[in-house]
Amino acid sequence: MTKKTIIEKIWENHVVNREEGKPDLLYIDLHLVHEVTSPQAFEGLRMNGRRVRRPDLTYATMDHNVPTINRHIINDPVSKTQIETLEQNCREFGIELSDIDHPDQGIVHVIGPQLGLTQPGKTIVCGDSHTSTHGAFGALSFGIGTSEVEHVLATQTLWQQRPKTLQIKVNGKLGFGVTAKDIILAIIAKFGVNAGVGYVMEYTGEAIRNLTMEERMTICNMSIEAGARAGLVSPDETTVEFLRGRRYAPQGEEFEEATARWLALATDEGAEYDKTLEIDAAEIEPQVTWGTNPSMGSGISGSVPSPDDFEREADKESVRLALDYMGLEAGTKLSDIPVDFVFIGSCTNSRLSDLRAAAEVAKGRKVKDHVTAIVVPGSQTVKQQAEAEGLDKIFTEAGFQWRESGCSMCLAMNDDVVPPGKRCASTSNRNFEGRQGNGARTHLVSPSMAAAAAVTGQFTDVRQLSSVTH
Amino acid sequence: MQPINQFTGVVCPLNRPNIDTDQIIPKQFLKRIERQGFGQFVFYHWRFDDNGNKREDFVMNQPQYANAEVLVAGENFGCGSSREHAPWALLDYGFRVIIASSYADIFYNNSVKNGILAVKLTEEEVAEIMERSKEEGYRIHVNLEEQTVNDDNGFTAHFDIDPYWKKMLLNGWDEISVTLTDEDHIRKYEEKMYGKQFS
Ligand code: SF4
Repeated sequence: MTKKTIIEKIWENHVVNREEGKPDLLYIDLHLVHEVTSPQAFEGLRMNGRRVRRPDLTYATMDHNVPTINRHIINDPVSKTQIETLEQNCREFGIELSDIDHPDQGIVHVIGPQLGLTQPGKTIVCGDSHTSTHGAFGALSFGIGTSEVEHVLATQTLWQQRPKTLQIKVNGKLGFGVTAKDIILAIIAKFGVNAGVGYVMEYTGEAIRNLTMEERMTICNMSIEAGARAGLVSPDETTVEFLRGRRYAPQGEEFEEATARWLALATDEGAEYDKTLEIDAAEIEPQVTWGTNPSMGSGISGSVPSPDDFEREADKESVRLALDYMGLEAGTKLSDIPVDFVFIGSCTNSRLSDLRAAAEVAKGRKVKDHVTAIVVPGSQTVKQQAEAEGLDKIFTEAGFQWRESGCSMCLAMNDDVVPPGKRCASTSNRNFEGRQGNGARTHLVSPSMAAAAAVTGQFTDVRQLSSVTH
Repeated sequence: MQPINQFTGVVCPLNRPNIDTDQIIPKQFLKRIERQGFGQFVFYHWRFDDNGNKREDFVMNQPQYANAEVLVAGENFGCGSSREHAPWALLDYGFRVIIASSYADIFYNNSVKNGILAVKLTEEEVAEIMERSKEEGYRIHVNLEEQTVNDDNGFTAHFDIDPYWKKMLLNGWDEISVTLTDEDHIRKYEEKMYGKQFS
């Protein structure tokens, strides 16, 4: 039998139709919907008198626009319209919705896994590029545009070009104080923002196998930042144990049957990829980005580079523009850069283990006076779990603000905005110009590095923090 | 969507790599629930300063590019968010053709589905068009059927495009209608996997 990667196996299981000269028509097992990229799709259905083919495979929540202070005070009338439009659309088309008052509400990529909707072997789409998060379970999951959202609503299928396969192998063991976020930032810094264009990536290697499910989600989440629409990890016992007992996961005997199916999806020993890139876990240190795309970063011991350090004219130019936007001088040590804001949250790093890691650093320390620090749990469930453990107390005592769940300052579509020229240590996934607010300067870091920046007022190697004065 | 085959237009050069969809259409403009009306916000923070005044030095604000309908840009154009508001905004502003050496996958799909022809040329060819478009009134001719790009001064290039996308663009087809002609296959698949029918 030919040896196959998990990517090929899932693909083959979902081909509805294959014809010469056409992409494959793929069946979609789970369609997640949120308020920003769906209104025009539902409108399209209405205009053409079409219905939703599989409401039972469609699940909606509202996350991008929701306020994180008082849920019911939505200052922006247009945000409010989008939220109300989603409610109406879900009612009209019979789609299950976790609305703003629902105990399951949260960032769409946090609640899918939490509810057990995300499962190995599924094809999962959402009108959001960080849908790659669900790949952590060995699902083929990718972001789509609004026309595709409409297409999936109407037909439960998508025309997809067979992707090439790219293995990203993370060898060896991670050093002390280095996290999943640092792995993915280091991968993107090393291989660039378009390394994955045209590919689906599979993360393999000892360091990946040792990660928890939440950590794997952090890695897969940022696949898109390396240019790949989807990134995944073959399922193993860690995957199975995470799913056991979740509400939408199979139960009882069915779960055992599913387990066998899931584990059989893992990439066969000796299967070939179109391309393989490798990185050594031991060489990764806590990362900080200094520029305006996620590949512009380095370990905390590094410095801001100069445009002259780059060979290609295009790279020189983008570094020049980035330093100008970020207000940084070449040669500045990353650990000398002060911060004004700290954001702990987003679909990359807002799960319970992320909050625990940040709380561990925050505990008994104080956020520096000039720093505004907010913690935004990924979902209402995460929020409750964190409160049950007393994490909210640790944060508020240290001077962090403790908020309601949502996307918040990751893209600043609600009221959580970084002002122009201010610098933010953020656990989110994009440091693009204006992402966190017009003129805002974003540095991507892990939750523990963000907490360390909050309590020291500048980027600090979290591994050395015990020696920093409280 | 509007079919496209032969197209001639003034070229506007935007010489930056990795232009992300947050730049093409900043998030504060994503809140509409229609597909139209996004053109006024395209590249908003590059076109306007914090007080909403035009930045005269930005290329799209220069009079010679006021009527440009072809955008030529650096590699990995359209990376980042999946927002289809990006192609909606480009189209609404008046760009029917984009030329770059590479595109982010999701952006490329989103563009085709809205009748934007995103042409992939080599880095050298893109650089050449970038250079030539500094001249006032510089226009190029794109022919999708022939898969060629030409100008009036001897520049000529061939581009590759997936035959399926080509057909969709040439005919201006609505993809959902095309797929629904394939409904038998979908039904068969559902019967096999779910043991029942959904339509
Ligand atoms: S948290 Fe940020 S990246 Fe994630 S879905 Fe929300 S806006 Fe997108």
